[in-house]
Amino acid sequence: MKDTLKILCTAYGPTGNEYNVAEIIKGMVAPYVDEMKMDAMGNLITVKKGQEGGKKIMLAAHMDHIGFVVTDIDDKGFARVHNVGGIRKANSLYRRVVFENGVSGILAAENGDDANDRDMTKLFVDLGAANKEEAEKMIRRGDFAVYAPEFTELSNNLVAGTAMDDRAGCAIQIETLKRLGETKNEIVAVFTVQEEVGLRGATAAAFDVAPDMGIALDVTLCGDTPKGPKIAVKAGEGIAVKILDNSLICHPGVVKAMEEAAERAGAKYQREVLTAGGTDAGAIQRSRGGIPSGVLSIPCRYVHSPNEVVSLNDMEDGVKLLVELLKA
Amino acid sequence: MVLKELTSLRGVSGNEDAVRNYILEKVKPLADEVRVDRMGNVIATKKARLESTGKHVMLSGHMDEVGLIILGANDNGLLSFRPVGGIDPRVVVSKRVLVGDDEVPGVIGAKAIHLQSAAERQTVLQFDQLYIDIGAKDKASAERLVSPGDYVVFDSDWVEFGDGMVKCRALDDRVGCNCMISILEGEYPCDVTCAFTVQEETGCRGAHTAAWGLEIDCAFALEGTTANDIGMAKGYREQVVRVGDGVAVSVMDGGSIANRDLYRRMCELAEEKGIAWQSKCYVAGATDMSRVQRHNGAKATCVLSVPCRYIHSASNVCCFSDIDAQYQLVEAFLAAGGTF
Repeated sequence: MKDTLKILCTAYGPTGNEYNVAEIIKGMVAPYVDEMKMDAMGNLITVKKGQEGGKKIMLAAHMDHIGFVVTDIDDKGFARVHNVGGIRKANSLYRRVVFENGVSGILAAENGDDANDRDMTKLFVDLGAANKEEAEKMIRRGDFAVYAPEFTELSNNLVAGTAMDDRAGCAIQIETLKRLGETKNEIVAVFTVQEEVGLRGATAAAFDVAPDMGIALDVTLCGDTPKGPKIAVKAGEGIAVKILDNSLICHPGVVKAMEEAAERAGAKYQREVLTAGGTDAGAIQRSRGGIPSGVLSIPCRYVHSPNEVVSLNDMEDGVKLLVELLKA
Repeated sequence: MVLKELTSLRGVSGNEDAVRNYILEKVKPLADEVRVDRMGNVIATKKARLESTGKHVMLSGHMDEVGLIILGANDNGLLSFRPVGGIDPRVVVSKRVLVGDDEVPGVIGAKAIHLQSAAERQTVLQFDQLYIDIGAKDKASAERLVSPGDYVVFDSDWVEFGDGMVKCRALDDRVGCNCMISILEGEYPCDVTCAFTVQEETGCRGAHTAAWGLEIDCAFALEGTTANDIGMAKGYREQVVRVGDGVAVSVMDGGSIANRDLYRRMCELAEEKGIAWQSKCYVAGATDMSRVQRHNGAKATCVLSVPCRYIHSASNVCCFSDIDAQYQLVEAFLAAGGTF
């Protein structure tokens, strides 16, 4: 799973332009699913058929990665940008960013800009261009950039890298499809788009899939770092079973089924109560007439930074739990 | 001129009847199927007249405009009101308005500068501090003319001026409605459905239902959008789009990100046909596409806008050449069969 994760985390795929990640995932899951299609928004919908009397379960992990869109190129050749998804300036300054065509630049801010506010108008990307004309040969207005790829193994099976949110969820979903084998339930594993701007891809996909149950796989915050976020979730202490976040209150039946599956599979798990954020499950839950939904969360340090840290052990627990849950 | 007639009609969000009736009369002879859904959207479909590519393209423009609504009359005969849609309280003071279906004339007044304290001069008057004066001497007199819930529009006439510019209220988004009526006059090798939507200005509510049940291959919002090419604003970063520079093709806004292939297709088509265009990358605001794109399953969408100065005020200013460019680009896409 580490190799899969590395490939996914270092792939270019900003919110709204996830096609490259979808192509990679297509190749990875093709042998393990019966059908694959890409919808008009770019969601990759893969289907593993079930048997008579089974339920339809939708899984959702988002492919998109927070990034920047070029709003203007000024006369001196600096690209002005706006955030795509929730970007903290303090996490981004003087980082290298990359565009789809491989062009790199350094994200900087005008002198005197406050790194802690949400005003993006004083940010710019230094491409090294001498003037506007030169810059426009490299990129165009409307092009998207993401943090330059990072992937580093730390000790204790922790890994640090870009886009763990939510390529770690994608990796669990892929690994689950690999290990699942025959199931009574029909499994529709969706690799969604545009989660970071408001669960947009999952909104569309849930309508089209019309499942009996929805499960999102996404990262959550960790409270185990110095003066870290106030949440009783720790990296390396198991996959997290979400109780609620700002986008949904998980269906109690789904929570119970997840915890029972964890016990049966011997997967380490912890409960997660997140008082911020949202996941694709929030969109699935309220699709059509309502769909019982839940979330398996990967504890993640420094979410929405260029080095998000997760535990491979937690991801392994996630796969074990999910395989057991889907079989039942 | 259809656009001039459209802007003469009152259509504050939730009260689009006059605009709807006008549009129904215009499009019934042009489209094969015209219906009004339960939200009040007009949905007009014209089948392919030429050898069809099998594509079905949806266009969406909103009939409603921002305005005001009456809360009630005060003892002194002045009317309390609130905005409908996003209106800056700074733009309403001293404006002439028309209240209700009888178009009772009124003016929004404020304390004279002579009487204001230094502190008051620094403060923006909020809607609950402003009143509409219809010249009524007391509450009873006012209530003979207006009722709570009456809609109010800016009284702003059509003025053509300068280098091909026009000033009026409600150009956002009667330009889109006008474009769709013109489009329905043509014949194309694909099906086209025009949705004239309601309540866009209060949160894209009409569009939520307008695409229901339609099997479409792609959809466009035809909009009027914020041009800030005024004052000291420099570059697209501050100007957003420029009046007179052509139709704006949006990469993304606050509500939707354009389908990549559709966006590229529109940019290339504009280049190929020599249609003036500019890309819009400012991440704010939303259009009907924020609903159409994803609320009944996934749709490929893109937003094509006419740049509009002083949007959401009594005086919208647009350029005729941009209005024409929006039509030309949509027409070219449909004439090519709606493929991308």
